[in-house]
Amino acid sequence: MLTVASLGERELRARLRGPGLRLQTGPFVTCVHSPLAPLAATLGTMYGDYPVLEEGALADFHVRLSGSTGLRRFLRPQVHFHYDGMAPFQPLPLDQAFPMFEWAMNWCVSSQANSWLVIHAAVIEKDGLAAILPAPPGSGKSTLCAALVNRGWRLLSDELTLVRLDDGKIDPLPRPVSLKNASIGIIRDYAPAAAFTRPVADTVKGTVAHMRASSDSVARAGQAAAPAWIVFPKWQAGAAAELTPVPQARAHMRLAENAFNYSLLGETGFHTVARLVDEVRTFDFHYSVLDDAIAVFERLLAERA
Amino acid sequence: MTQPMHLPPAPHLPRFPLLLRALREPGAMGGFSERDWDLLLRQALASNLAATLCLLADEHGMLAALPARVQRRLGWARTVWQRHLQAVDLELGKIRHALGETGLPLILLKGTAYAAAGLPASAGRLFSDIDLLVPKERLPEVESALMLHGWAGSHHDDYDQRYYREWMHELPPLQHMRRASVIDVHHAILPETAAVRPDPARLRAAARAIPGRAGFHMLAPCDMVLHSAVHLFSEGEYHHGLRDLFDLHRLFCHFGADPGFWAALPGRARELELARPLCYALRYCTRLLGTPVPASVMEAARDGMPNPALLALMDGLFLRALQPPHPSCADAFDPAARAALYIRGNWLRMPPLMLSRHLFHKAFVSPKAEPAQ
Repeated sequence: MLTVASLGERELRARLRGPGLRLQTGPFVTCVHSPLAPLAATLGTMYGDYPVLEEGALADFHVRLSGSTGLRRFLRPQVHFHYDGMAPFQPLPLDQAFPMFEWAMNWCVSSQANSWLVIHAAVIEKDGLAAILPAPPGSGKSTLCAALVNRGWRLLSDELTLVRLDDGKIDPLPRPVSLKNASIGIIRDYAPAAAFTRPVADTVKGTVAHMRASSDSVARAGQAAAPAWIVFPKWQAGAAAELTPVPQARAHMRLAENAFNYSLLGETGFHTVARLVDEVRTFDFHYSVLDDAIAVFERLLAERA
Repeated sequence: MTQPMHLPPAPHLPRFPLLLRALREPGAMGGFSERDWDLLLRQALASNLAATLCLLADEHGMLAALPARVQRRLGWARTVWQRHLQAVDLELGKIRHALGETGLPLILLKGTAYAAAGLPASAGRLFSDIDLLVPKERLPEVESALMLHGWAGSHHDDYDQRYYREWMHELPPLQHMRRASVIDVHHAILPETAAVRPDPARLRAAARAIPGRAGFHMLAPCDMVLHSAVHLFSEGEYHHGLRDLFDLHRLFCHFGADPGFWAALPGRARELELARPLCYALRYCTRLLGTPVPASVMEAARDGMPNPALLALMDGLFLRALQPPHPSCADAFDPAARAALYIRGNWLRMPPLMLSRHLFHKAFVSPKAEPAQ
């Protein structure tokens, strides 16, 4: 199978500049265009294991990230995102090209992929059972997800949980895990073997770095998982790792609030969330120490066995 | 139909995009390769016609035979449209509730009318505003009833208020405070300041009830087509040009099944001073979409034809602006054509001196919108 790494640097750059890199991430193919050499290099390291499709294969999304033209090239250069000719976002400073690529990839899926219920949540799996971690930014969802996937859990996704509409299973969309501010140092210390991008300061989310998804999670991107738990995490200084059950009706509403296309899917959206809530156990989760948090997830798994 | 059909000329344009081929002859979609679909989907998404394409493929029994990833991509767009129809249904119920006491026949226009009446032109079509036509003297009553039910005016600037209330053919758009739905209340189909102003009383008199939608009406078939045509061909912004042309194509095909429609259309266009837009509608529908139009109607519509020099110029502009707004369909003259039509659109809206004042005000006096985040 052709992968980004097997293309080699030269060919990767040539595709990004020319016909586009047809990159497969989970169930999606994105045709990526970009003349930016630093972005090509970061894509090479963060997406080395991902499959590449040949030119002419159908792409779900066509995206372009390009630099400024004219005087802007010299004075505070920017990166521009285009979705097949349209510019849905304001440009960002040039050194934010990779974070912008990641945000744009999320946007492509969350705004269009209506054959799933798309929940703003991290999701991880072990022994075929998935734990969904929906949470607003700042709750420590990505930090917890990054810790778990470095201690034996498989990364399904750090941002977008794809719940199938027909059978309620979760399709993986493993991509780099986005870490912010203090979390970057914490996870670097916690997982010294993992690969990270250079941190980028002063983004809208503060300082941002991405952790590469493991080769195993990328290789198993085609293996769906059955949802078993929904855990709403909240990091709190000094808190003991503790689960509190959430009643079903309340869990339904909170999932709906965290889903991008709940309302758009109408009745199907309602039934998908209702089935999900019915099949899983739902908790609020406070924690402060990552090892304690992981022990709680192992206990949940042991209880199911 | 007894009359001979006018046969549309073979497409002679140097570029005849896949999307036009698919809309002209939906059966052709069965023979497209994966590479073709990659481009066709992009053209359809850029033109806001992806859901339409999905329904066309379904209608022609081809959807299930298309590559799985194509079906999936088209399905995403169809889901959005299905939800849109549901939302339109809900809004129409709320509007009827809000305006029921006025006792007015509520005449729906454009996309809203196609959807409410379930016309083929509504299949896959999305629209952002609900368009309503009421008599001018009843505007204050309609506006206050809508405000009482939660719709609020959106253009508060004094200049904008004057622009709409004195010069335009509609109230400033009213947006619902909770649902964010937008209603455009019209009292005519062209601005007060335009050179041509078809009498709205005649349109209202010919309007008919929408079956199954108590309280709602739509324009008569000829008037609906003429409104669609005058709207498209006096527009300044052609981002939805192809979609609107396809509306006309589907209206012609649907109403054209009744020979009485074709017999009445050219005469009604003359009556309403809309012979020119009808001529353009027939010309570009037949050329780009292969719309079947009786030869006698093409002949009768020649009344509205501009002189040959102007026609050549308009061909140069419209044959570009009515292409899918996608980079694969644009040539070097595309931006110039769209810019020229923008100026023309405003020119048709108001006399030159008024237009120059308006553009000056918009450029230098009106407060600037905040940049989007």
